[in-house]
Amino acid sequence: MSRHGYRYSAGSLIRHGLTRGEWPRMWSKPERRSTYDVVIVGGGLHGLATAYYLAKNHGMTNVAVVDKGYLGAGGSGRNTAIVRSNYLTPEGVAFYDRSLHLYNNMATDLNLNVMLSKRGHLTLAHTDSALRTMNWRAEVNKLLDIDSSVIGPKEVKRLTPSLDVSPDTRYPILGALYHPPGGIVRHDAVVWGYARAAAYLGVHLLQGTEVLDITCTGGDGPQGKGPGGRVTGIHTSRGDINSPVVVNCTAGWASLISNMAGIPLAITTHPLQAAVTEPCKVFLPTVVVSGSLHVYVSQTDRGELVFGASVDPVGTYRLNGTLEFTEELAGHVLELMPGISKMRLMRQWSGLCDMTPDYSPIMGFTPVEGYFVDVGWGTYGFKAGPVAGETMAETIANGCTAELIAPFSIDRFTDGDLVGEKGAAAVGH
Amino acid sequence: MIVVPCPSCGPRNSSDLRNAGEVVPRPDPDTATLTEWRSYLYLRENPASWVTETWYCRNGCRRYFTIERNTATNEIRESDTT
Repeated sequence: MSRHGYRYSAGSLIRHGLTRGEWPRMWSKPERRSTYDVVIVGGGLHGLATAYYLAKNHGMTNVAVVDKGYLGAGGSGRNTAIVRSNYLTPEGVAFYDRSLHLYNNMATDLNLNVMLSKRGHLTLAHTDSALRTMNWRAEVNKLLDIDSSVIGPKEVKRLTPSLDVSPDTRYPILGALYHPPGGIVRHDAVVWGYARAAAYLGVHLLQGTEVLDITCTGGDGPQGKGPGGRVTGIHTSRGDINSPVVVNCTAGWASLISNMAGIPLAITTHPLQAAVTEPCKVFLPTVVVSGSLHVYVSQTDRGELVFGASVDPVGTYRLNGTLEFTEELAGHVLELMPGISKMRLMRQWSGLCDMTPDYSPIMGFTPVEGYFVDVGWGTYGFKAGPVAGETMAETIANGCTAELIAPFSIDRFTDGDLVGEKGAAAVGH
Repeated sequence: MIVVPCPSCGPRNSSDLRNAGEVVPRPDPDTATLTEWRSYLYLRENPASWVTETWYCRNGCRRYFTIERNTATNEIRESDTT
């Protein structure tokens, strides 16, 4: 036994192999209490990480994570699992670099192999203006001690031989922003790791529990909701829960939950589609991103190529795949790597992204006392999961905004102080 | 695929048009405060149900028009406010 309940190790693997005994469950199904100190809405990476750091760093264990489905059902299990910290604004770089640091130590911290592969991350430039942005990003990154530099087409070809770097293509590769610490992680393992560690520390994971309303008192709006009010609990499909603190970690559904507290958000929900090919021999050693061609690609340890794109242009909560996406994706990927034209797509899926106008998240306090948000995670929520959990836990436990997330406050929209991260956070622009 | 009924061009694939987002009432320029302007610019209800929204017929007649769409199902109906 360890502080995670049951310790995974080579020894335990051999023991189970010999005895064929049952593995203990990663987390138990707890009896719901009527009152918690903190209720976190959304059982994805952000919600679970917040619960874990509340328990681990601040000793707050009377915490519940509620989810209408199962853990990791939303964006946490649908993203393309890329981690990096080569952002554009100093605020963004400092924040995401802390996340990368937490990913580095995660397997040891959570006693679960999250299969972190720091294989190097290439952001391709196909135009002079893109190259200029890459140089800008590289200089901001270097100032903040991030390993990041602009390289030419020859170096790109050396790192990733399957890319077509000839000048005759429609969108020739003029160079790339190279970020060696970037890479991929197994996203399900990250979710399970946090869930298991949080549950062992005493956090209640309440799956299949849909939040129907947030109860407030003293606010300006109807039923005591809205600015100036205070949270008293939540009303769920399985009964009421009292809590002075409710945290919104619901990504694509963030507006629906926030409207329940009378706090409208600067968010629109868009689906983002991704696809995966049949497995083949490993040939792609880096993560390749192209902003101009709206695509990013990496090869998993199983040999499948995972593709992601930009968000769909029409905001919706419907998770349908479209033929336009597949067509555009295939065209653009073959532009980069003509050699894979015979590969077949195995499946495609989509996830919901909560897009903000400035491509930065909305985190921390709100005008309703006890109602916290960790939303607006758009297309970059997975790589930020650990640091978002850590800083949200710090903010909730200490009652003051953690330094790293101060720029991402909800007030920035009324103060007009936006953090423009579009140039580095998304491929669709 | 979402088929959008343009008042001049008829039913078109949504990729021919641009979705300009939900209709937000414009504040009165004579009395609006900075906060009201910024709320108008940024804050959205973003519901998972019927919403009145503006579309721009980008590749056709270049007209702006409003329709109602259910964002949970992408079902579309004509708006009263057109």
